[in-house]
Amino acid sequence: MRVALFVACFDDAMFPGTGRAVTALLERLGHEVSFPPGQTCCGQMHWSGGYHREAAGLARGFAEAFAAASGDGRVVVTPSASCAATVRHAYPRIARASGDTGLARAVEDLAVYELSEFLVDVLGVTDVGASFPHRVAYHPTCHSLRALRLGDRPLRLLREVRGLELVDLPGAGECCGFGGSFAMKNADVSVAMAADTVRHVRQTGADVVCAVDDPCLAQIGGVLSRLRAGVRVLHLAEILAGPEAP
Amino acid sequence: MSSRETVLGRVREALGPARGTRVPVPRDYRRRLSGRQAPTRADVVALFSERVAEHRASVRHVSADELATAIAAALWGREAGRIIAPADLPFGWLAGLEGVAAQADLPAADRVQAVRGLDGLDGVVTGCAVAIAQTGTIVLDGGRAQGRRALTLVPPYHLCVVHADQIVGTVPEAVARLDPARPLTWIGGPSTTTDIELERTEGVYGPAVLDVFVVED
Amino acid sequence: MTPPSGDSSEGPGRGAAPSSAGPVPLPAPKFATAARAALSDGRLRRNLAGATAVLRARRDAATAELDDWEELREAGRAIRDRTLLNLDSHLEELERAVTGAGGTVHWAADAAEARRIVTTLVRATGEGEVHAVRSAVAREIRLDEALERAGITVRGAGLAELVMDLDGDGRPSHPLFPALHHDRARIRDLLAGGPPGTPADLPDDPAALAGAARARLRDGVPPGGAAICGAAFLVAETGTVVLAEPGGGGRACAVLPETLICVAGIEEVVPTWADLEVFLQLLPRAAVGERTLPAISTWTGVTPGDGPAAFHLVLLDNGRTTVLADEIGRAALRCVRCAACLDVCPVYGRTGGDPYGPGLPGPIGAVLTPQVRGVESAAGASLPYASTLCGACADVCPVKIDIPDLLVHLRGRVVESRRRRPVPPPELAMMRALAWTMGDRRRHEAALRRGTRWARLLSRGGRIRRLPGLLGRWTDARDVPAPPAETFRAWWRSRARSGGTGTGAGPEAGR
Repeated sequence: MRVALFVACFDDAMFPGTGRAVTALLERLGHEVSFPPGQTCCGQMHWSGGYHREAAGLARGFAEAFAAASGDGRVVVTPSASCAATVRHAYPRIARASGDTGLARAVEDLAVYELSEFLVDVLGVTDVGASFPHRVAYHPTCHSLRALRLGDRPLRLLREVRGLELVDLPGAGECCGFGGSFAMKNADVSVAMAADTVRHVRQTGADVVCAVDDPCLAQIGGVLSRLRAGVRVLHLAEILAGPEAP
Repeated sequence: MSSRETVLGRVREALGPARGTRVPVPRDYRRRLSGRQAPTRADVVALFSERVAEHRASVRHVSADELATAIAAALWGREAGRIIAPADLPFGWLAGLEGVAAQADLPAADRVQAVRGLDGLDGVVTGCAVAIAQTGTIVLDGGRAQGRRALTLVPPYHLCVVHADQIVGTVPEAVARLDPARPLTWIGGPSTTTDIELERTEGVYGPAVLDVFVVED
Repeated sequence: MTPPSGDSSEGPGRGAAPSSAGPVPLPAPKFATAARAALSDGRLRRNLAGATAVLRARRDAATAELDDWEELREAGRAIRDRTLLNLDSHLEELERAVTGAGGTVHWAADAAEARRIVTTLVRATGEGEVHAVRSAVAREIRLDEALERAGITVRGAGLAELVMDLDGDGRPSHPLFPALHHDRARIRDLLAGGPPGTPADLPDDPAALAGAARARLRDGVPPGGAAICGAAFLVAETGTVVLAEPGGGGRACAVLPETLICVAGIEEVVPTWADLEVFLQLLPRAAVGERTLPAISTWTGVTPGDGPAAFHLVLLDNGRTTVLADEIGRAALRCVRCAACLDVCPVYGRTGGDPYGPGLPGPIGAVLTPQVRGVESAAGASLPYASTLCGACADVCPVKIDIPDLLVHLRGRVVESRRRRPVPPPELAMMRALAWTMGDRRRHEAALRRGTRWARLLSRGGRIRRLPGLLGRWTDARDVPAPPAETFRAWWRSRARSGGTGTGAGPEAGR
């Protein structure tokens, strides 16, 4: 299958390894990956911050970039649950609010999948042939859980990884406190929330925390790093892209 | 312009063209218990007993013949020496009393007396209007054998007689049976409060002890 | 029209600009500032965390038990929407029914008018005191203060109310459990330090504490006097008032006094008696995680020989019609005050109710307060941002209010109000510049290169421990990983140039 890769602006700069891992994984599974060069940002930061006019412009840019480049299937895959949720839930709102019928049509044409959705629902695979001999705690991010309703899809993928020991994370499903601008505007509350997530992570004895949204991992990882806790954060894609099992 | 006109005018202006829209209400929820939840009438009654007991009420099943003796025994056991009952309590419910001073609630000279007259009583015996199995709720409507609301609010002990045919399965069935023009009290067990660390403990108003007698005819 | 009041506790009148003759918003601190005090109170945080966890677990169990919970929610949502879109006719119907049943209906356009009406009614009874089961509405209009100013003593009718009275200026942290933030030791201290009659050696188990409170409240509501209550629902068709609360003080207020005054918001109407079959299932399970409440009272007007001889219903607008005028924002008026959204909110669970100001706390407060009071003040503008948009509130709301969606909508209003300022605030300028940069691929890529280089200069040992300016709020407690030298798109291009599909990516790369 031909898929267009959408890499969140945050990942592009801060966590390029996530996009590389998605590319490696999908190519290994026999699919052709393209990276539409016109993509910049889905506009989530502006939309959720209340900058709705600006978000509308970015949404239009996103739709154009992917309409031009995704070709026949128009299947877009992204390793960011939160950006996928923006395209799926916020774009129709933006299109309605701005009365932009062109955007509304373009949005309907786009099939944007978060990575684990794409693997499990579209490709029908849970065993991607990865191996990762580590103790891993999976943190279900809010938007993956409650906006995309990913359910246990990421966990089903992780359970098939050779050598990976999946541990139960206490308080799973509770927000890590990132919340975009919330992390700055309400830094104290945000850190209090992250501290609880980190405490739960450390209780599990995991050496890796995994999620499907890098900003949440930056939040959790930021506290882990400050505490020199010796626990790493990795995107699901990076684990799944790991070396094929022998 | 009166405030009435002001408020209604603001509502109309606020709604604009949307005013009067009939939003369809999907009512796909259960009106009755499913066959799996309670296959027979006996299961509905059993479910009520189980659920009201979970609200810390003590529940007994008695036959109509045993009722008077059971009430007398309960009052004796609760050391309820002075009780009150609605004037229209069925004749015979209190027929077995020994050593209990029972008074019928009769109209008082004034409302102060009507409430103050309840002070110092040990308990009250009433029937009910409807009981709900799924939620373990008893509803009093001031009708036959129930009396005015103060009766079941002031004394510290309430013995409530529920006939099996008064037990319905669900809240929708209860709402359909009840008359909104009457003052209703929906009782979920004895009076409790959860104001201290959410722990259920005896409340400030209302009977702290509730005995429920389910009469199976 | 009611003359504008000089009092500061009003919502703005409909359409009134904040700078006009409309009431002045309360000078409250921004949410983040107010939250700091709560966060540094370890006892408060422990109590809140414990209590909200208990409520969450109870609610999960109580809702999971019903296989038609989702159908009930959907019906609840639809009934509330139908009510709101026909509110004027339902209110008129309600008024007719209450009047027909021997009650009296009063209309209050704002808080000041409601206070005046209630004060006049209490004075007319000739009583110097009144019993009250405190409701969110009474708090909203600051009824207690107004009555006290008029020389009327207000006595709480429940345990929590007594505790809050003894707490002096302590604000209730939760609409259903005002003393939720107090543990048993604190309640013991409050009761033991209160007026005489409380044993000095009062133990701190809940039963003993409730006993001590009971002793003080027992002959509380006198048969001759007046009492004030709120309402959970008002049935338009029949004129029936529904009082449902976890405490039980309401039952005494509704039954014992001679005069009963109910103060309720105009949005609390439901169209028909039969509609209660939905709400009397939704409310107990959503509010306290129980199948039913200890006592729910309903009455219609007055009943000869049973209960109060006079019944007054005060219908309050106080900014509700302003909320109603916002096509999107009006969904917040579906709220049935169950407080489920508070108990699942990770922000409320750590700050408690105080930082949300005098309105409703928690996610629903963060939506309603700025809608009623406007978003011009720093405090009002900060409330829609007091959320991570995690969505837990929307999942539990029994009437399916999409609170995160409303928060984003209100953030849009905050930003729009800032666009009108002569000098754009720094954040607005920054977000505009960012959107402009991201609006073009080349500008975006240049900015990515610059930003990455800049961030790498600040890093040491692969991480950044201190960022300048606004971003410094991140690094106060969190590191930032140094961004890799090569962005994803740069990597993609170089890979394309080399013509290969070799990626070199693995779990160990890039982080």
